[in-house]
Amino acid sequence: MIQSDRRQLINVAILIVGILVFWEIAYLIVGELAMRSPHETFAFTWKLMQTDLFWGHVSETMQAFAMALAIAVGLGLLIGFTLAIHKLSGDAMEPMLVALYSIPKITLYPIILLAFGLGMSAKVAFGAIHGVIPVALFTLNAVRATKPILIKTGRVLKLPPAAMVRTILFPAAVPEIFTGIRVGFSLTLIGTVLGEMFASQRGMGYLLMNAISLYNVDLIMAVTFLLCVFASVVNTALLIIDHRLHHGA
Amino acid sequence: MTSSAHVTLRGVTKVFPASDGGPGVHALGPIDIDIRKGEFFAVVGPSGCGKSTMLELLAGLTTPTEGEIEFEGKPIRDIPEGVGVVFQEDACFPWLSVEGNVAFGLRRSNLSADEKARKVAAVIKMMGLSEFSGTYPAQLSGGMRQRVCIARTLVVEPRLILLDEPFGALDQQTRLLMGDEVLRLWRETGATVFLITHALDEAAMLADRIGVMSARPGTLIDVVETKWPADRDSRIVERENFGALTSRLWKSLRDESMKTMGRMGI
Repeated sequence: MIQSDRRQLINVAILIVGILVFWEIAYLIVGELAMRSPHETFAFTWKLMQTDLFWGHVSETMQAFAMALAIAVGLGLLIGFTLAIHKLSGDAMEPMLVALYSIPKITLYPIILLAFGLGMSAKVAFGAIHGVIPVALFTLNAVRATKPILIKTGRVLKLPPAAMVRTILFPAAVPEIFTGIRVGFSLTLIGTVLGEMFASQRGMGYLLMNAISLYNVDLIMAVTFLLCVFASVVNTALLIIDHRLHHGA
Repeated sequence: MTSSAHVTLRGVTKVFPASDGGPGVHALGPIDIDIRKGEFFAVVGPSGCGKSTMLELLAGLTTPTEGEIEFEGKPIRDIPEGVGVVFQEDACFPWLSVEGNVAFGLRRSNLSADEKARKVAAVIKMMGLSEFSGTYPAQLSGGMRQRVCIARTLVVEPRLILLDEPFGALDQQTRLLMGDEVLRLWRETGATVFLITHALDEAAMLADRIGVMSARPGTLIDVVETKWPADRDSRIVERENFGALTSRLWKSLRDESMKTMGRMGI
């Protein structure tokens, strides 16, 4: 194992211990009324994971999240590339995308609900609208930032437009696009779980909302803990790939 | 077009239109020159005189406002076949290895995969990059990356090679050595080479003829024949008449450079 990898592992271990200590202190201050200690949460989570009902909810959330992420990435790439290549549309649309990015998406939820109804399609749509804008904005700026000399090289080599996009614009923009996908991943997960919390009969968001209404603190802590672990693990993996893409092959 | 002319420019001018509908910027011309087949032709001139515009016109990247450019007897309307360009800036694709970058030049070629691989390997070897063929540009020096760009240009076997200040970003020693490489490649390929440079000694060392350009709008105010042997290399700078040659170039250029500096308020 090389030195930098070992240092990285030590840093991660210190971070985890720090979080656990902070959690324990917060529990001691707040008390049983609103929280559970780390070891109580781990024990309940383990018990929860033994039930079939729990895995049904996990499967529902993962399906919705996977669909929402696929739509967010696909649509985001399409919007980003189109606006980057068509400069006039890009200049006109970018401020609108930034404005949409900054408004709380929850304000759009009633419209989503009326358009898609209760169930899978509403939460997929709600997850997707969270992720699509960062992917589009990062893609737009990544393609715009492609070094003009690379495009000129493509022109000298007489590449047709489709080949120019496929072989120069896309690979040149990949590191920035990937950062957009990483941001989009987190926001899509938030959107999907929020969608489940407000209008769904299944999924982790529903489980969390149900636990809140039943005042089941153990379940609240377990679901929150699992969502945090999932987001952290995937985000860390994406961050590692992101770093590799940004710092050369 | 004269019988030995490979490239001909007749009354070529370039005016860039102004964005506010005004008269525009007269960047170049009129230029009249024949570049002979297999010749190494360099152009020197003050900053902003339109040297790079002239190269872009020859590459078909832009069109002249007036006049006609012919390559091998055919007018250049678009990017012509048989022309390769090496730019000053690093144009290596960072996501491709050295081999991938060189092979990129053959993307549109109809050759079989084996034939492409053979050509790529041969050019990589010719450029002295064999032990770096799997290396990525980020791991190479500026000089090595420029060699990769030259290899990518050579792999398509261009009959006219356009060099836009290709050694501008390199240190003096690397420039001299790269100059030797370019002279060797010019002899081996038999291609016509058109070099844009601001370095008078570089032009004097490399070229058969040197066109000296005026301040903007750039026109050719002098064409100097070096009369060097074809098998020259960077040691040509030791010759007695090398100094006289660069002095002549500077004498032609000095007033023009002063005009440019005056414009820039220096």
